[in-house]
Amino acid sequence: MTTSQPSPDAVAPSTRQLAPPSPAIRVRSITKSFKDVQVLRGVDFDVARGSIFALLGSNGAGKTTLVKILATLLKPDAGSASVDGFDVTRQAAKARASISLTGQFAAVDELLSGRENLMLVARLRHVAHPAAVADELLARFSLAEASGRRASTYSGGMRRRLDIAMSLIGEPPVIFLDEPTTGLDPQARIDVWNAIDGLAAGGTTVLLTTQYLDEAERLADRIAILHQGRILVNGTLAELKGLLPPAKVEYVEKQPTLEDVFLALTGQAAAEDAAVDHADNAAEAHERRND
Amino acid sequence: MTTHFIGDTATLTGRSLKHVTRSLDTIITTCVMPIAFLLLFVYVFGGAIETGTDVSYIDYLLPGILLITIATGISYTAYRLFQDMQGGIVERFQSMPIARSSTLWAHVLTSLVANALSLVVVVGVAFAMGFRSGANVLDWLGVAGILLLFTLALTWIAVIPGLVAKSPDGASAFSYPLIFLPFISSAFVPTASMPGPVAWFAQYQPVTPIVNSVRALLTGQPVGGDIWIALAWLMGVLVVAYAVAQVIYRRKVS
Repeated sequence: MTTSQPSPDAVAPSTRQLAPPSPAIRVRSITKSFKDVQVLRGVDFDVARGSIFALLGSNGAGKTTLVKILATLLKPDAGSASVDGFDVTRQAAKARASISLTGQFAAVDELLSGRENLMLVARLRHVAHPAAVADELLARFSLAEASGRRASTYSGGMRRRLDIAMSLIGEPPVIFLDEPTTGLDPQARIDVWNAIDGLAAGGTTVLLTTQYLDEAERLADRIAILHQGRILVNGTLAELKGLLPPAKVEYVEKQPTLEDVFLALTGQAAAEDAAVDHADNAAEAHERRND
Repeated sequence: MTTHFIGDTATLTGRSLKHVTRSLDTIITTCVMPIAFLLLFVYVFGGAIETGTDVSYIDYLLPGILLITIATGISYTAYRLFQDMQGGIVERFQSMPIARSSTLWAHVLTSLVANALSLVVVVGVAFAMGFRSGANVLDWLGVAGILLLFTLALTWIAVIPGLVAKSPDGASAFSYPLIFLPFISSAFVPTASMPGPVAWFAQYQPVTPIVNSVRALLTGQPVGGDIWIALAWLMGVLVVAYAVAQVIYRRKVS
């Protein structure tokens, strides 16, 4: 992470404590329309350095549009966004040096082998030793064995891992992952989650979009819900849960079932057992509501 | 970021050249139709065609066949570009700190190499069928230059459907009229033998002066004014196609 970034260290020591660390991603009042369709209607948020930020939303919420704007692929109609301190429209070239995009569909070259894909990106990022970088990533993402095979023969999970590995070359400080686990089987999802955890542990800022609630819950430090082009809420998982009133205890009057009647009439002991069962059921239901 | 333009373009050209060498069938299928025309016209129709010159029919025919080869070959250029645009790899490249125009130039350079390979194959087959040329090195360089310019102009035309097509078929279908154009030119028969309006079209469409120039160079005749008309057409088409392709590219990826 040797890229020139306006880090807090540059601030004079006396004021360092007062200056808040600049966010890795800053989004202000972004709007974007395609013809008559308003996709983004004023989006604001910050992502702290080294954190995982999940943008949660259903299909058509505007997640991909927002990611494309941040990755300098689209220009916003209004508002501003900066990544690693660089404005994505006015300093697009510098912003590009600080980011990596893993799009919704694995952007690997199918006719090249896994190793050649990595070498290609390494050369384009002008890293010092492309071959060494490629081999290190192949090992790290358990692709060493398949490294010589064409990417077209890879499974969905392997392709996705290769895609993410390609995004790490050059160690960009900010990584965008657009729906990284859509279409993957459960094991492949877990592999990708572990890779993302590893990224954040290494100090990389990750912005991921997802439509899976459990994915956001599992990975993210902060979660924002994007709905119809607006951020509805933005907070930690605990904060989001706190938005709803705590679970209430409710008493429900219950009519005796035919079973109860039958048991009451046929034997006292059996009826007592049944009563205990009822209590258990009620307690379980109560616990579920609290969860 | 333009400092890396040459290096980035070279890297990306290396990549798409691998696409060509790993699907050599694209070179072969490019050659199949021109070779079929060559066989058909030399061995079936050729005997009945009066060219009004004393050159053998295969020598007369080859320039047009070479243009058909290029027109067929560039449909693969459009196809390769279309595949990249669809697959998301262009988005990856565009979000990286590399020279923006490198992506397109890599496809253009690859197109030049792939078409050159196809031309070598077709000329080889023609040679086996009896094509002979008394052209000297300078004449051959002239032929190569014209064919290169023709490929370049048609490649920039091919970039346009490659960028805007909605389906792989749409990306390559544009080349059919280009493949057909040599038939209504001086490529197969002298334009004077055609009825009025057709002869007029054949006389003034770009393929005729290009074919005449290449034929003159290969048969050791003076090229005359045709070469300037041919170059004017090629430069004109090249500039217009390049400008349109650039505008579309910027709109697509900015």
